[in-house]
Amino acid sequence: MSEENNGVTAQTVKKIARLSRLHVEPDRLAHLADEMNGLLAWIEQLGEVDVKGVEPMTSAVEMDAPLRKDEITDGGVQAKILANAPKTEAGYFVVPRSVE
Amino acid sequence: MSDLTKLSLEAALVGLKAKEFSSVEITKAHIDACMDAADLNAFVTTDFTNAMKSAAVSDAKLAKGEGGALEGAPLGVKDLFCTEGVKTTAGSKILGDFIPRYESTVTANMKADGMVMLGKMNLDEFAMGSSNETSYFGPVINPWRKGEDLVPGGSSGGSASAVAANICLGATATDTGGSIRQPAAFTGTVGIKPTYGRCSRWGVVAFASSLDQAGPITRTVKDSAIMLQSMAGYDAKDSTSINKDLPDFVAACDKGVKGMKIGIPKEYTMDGMPKEIEDLWQQGIKWLEACGAEIVHVSLPHTKYALPAYYIVAPAECSSNLARYDGMRYGTRVEGANLYDTYERTRAEGFGKEVRRRILMGTYVLSAGYYDAYYLQAQKVRTKIADDFKQAWEKCDALLTPTCPSAAFAVGRKINDPVTMYLNDIFTVTANLAGLPAMSVPAALDNNGLPLGLQIIGRALDEETVFAASRALESCANFTAKPEKWWV
Repeated sequence: MSEENNGVTAQTVKKIARLSRLHVEPDRLAHLADEMNGLLAWIEQLGEVDVKGVEPMTSAVEMDAPLRKDEITDGGVQAKILANAPKTEAGYFVVPRSVE
Repeated sequence: MSDLTKLSLEAALVGLKAKEFSSVEITKAHIDACMDAADLNAFVTTDFTNAMKSAAVSDAKLAKGEGGALEGAPLGVKDLFCTEGVKTTAGSKILGDFIPRYESTVTANMKADGMVMLGKMNLDEFAMGSSNETSYFGPVINPWRKGEDLVPGGSSGGSASAVAANICLGATATDTGGSIRQPAAFTGTVGIKPTYGRCSRWGVVAFASSLDQAGPITRTVKDSAIMLQSMAGYDAKDSTSINKDLPDFVAACDKGVKGMKIGIPKEYTMDGMPKEIEDLWQQGIKWLEACGAEIVHVSLPHTKYALPAYYIVAPAECSSNLARYDGMRYGTRVEGANLYDTYERTRAEGFGKEVRRRILMGTYVLSAGYYDAYYLQAQKVRTKIADDFKQAWEKCDALLTPTCPSAAFAVGRKINDPVTMYLNDIFTVTANLAGLPAMSVPAALDNNGLPLGLQIIGRALDEETVFAASRALESCANFTAKPEKWWV
């Protein structure tokens, strides 16, 4: 595998955490980097396998993706959809402002 | 009526049909047993009031000579299956008090067949774990003990513990890397992961979609056949569901192994594996030989790469599946300074440590610049692993292996060492990567008096051979040991 994989830094974790939408306290970044490097060191052995000409596996059992008619099959369940929402108003989800 | 909890599911269904006892009676007996066993922490949510109502409905059907294949049987459901009107947590804090307004296809099938649901079984958070210690609702305790609390395995730890302790006749479970078979082995119970696509994933909280598969945990091989028959079947709502008629799994159990070729893969061993597991494997070979099977030696050379490949594929799929938990439409929301901060705090507080670890790993291996090196490489290795099996099937009909490299271990022993924990699944994960049916059968007690399992792996769609070989193993092993009841 490529050489840059040998080192996850605190900076990498910060970026990954951001992409994952996970809040990480700054003093945890280095520890998490160590932990990821430990796992990656174990995973590195996959690089030994000769996969020249091998197709990546995309599904466990060979089958064609099924097709169905493009039609409305349900609906009219607004109350059910909103039932578990942390905040609703007038039949809508209420979410934090996303455009200032 | 005190021993109604000791019946197999098969015997209970016969007794119910013959009106030797009612569903209300056997359900009540199990509810009492569940309440006595609170120390096992096997349930996240009990639903005894509705269970008694369902039992009465079943009795009315049975009285008229009607009823389905599970009519009146008190069973447990892993808390990963969405159940209409009953809280579903996936073992996580992030779902809060989520009450599904719909029913998973698997549990809908079972309810249509007359299941009496006792409640929702504890599990590792989002099914990520091999010890049931990552649950937000606390660890499940194995009914088998060795002077200290042992884990029941995971992620279906609540299901396995409950079935072993005779507080449910059987329970649903799911298996992404071994989460049915490893807890079955740790608790002296039986568990099968069928071929990928046999059981619909619709309404099952997703972990790693290309690997997740539902199946039962029970006390006998036939009980598993009865339950799987009800759980499985084509479902248009899951695009990976297999559109083929189901074989008669129960009938398959009695087919025997005469003339069957059983492969022994030499790679299914590891450093530090106790000799008694090696010995039990040899014993299993002798048992199947004595029943008329022909033993052949095979090689699955890429076995050692299965677990590292899994720990790329599964976290990658998990990071993508778990993106939906953002605190907007359901679940617990933690308000932050702005939208992004709200997302980040909701997820950081809602997910536990192991889930966060896997989301970070998954995001990393899928991120720009690393996709080819990790994810693509792992998916290619997965093809090599599936090819190993295809070559083995030219020589044999099924494989016999140990289920796990160890017996149940103490609570707290491995939780801080991810790789050691992951190694629990070294013999089970291959069947998930290749999509094959595989079953664990309790085969013996080790020197400490703890159960050990043997595993049968079959060809895709050939659960019948897996049931036949497993039933033969079960009858030779004659595993009748039960944990000493300490929990009342």
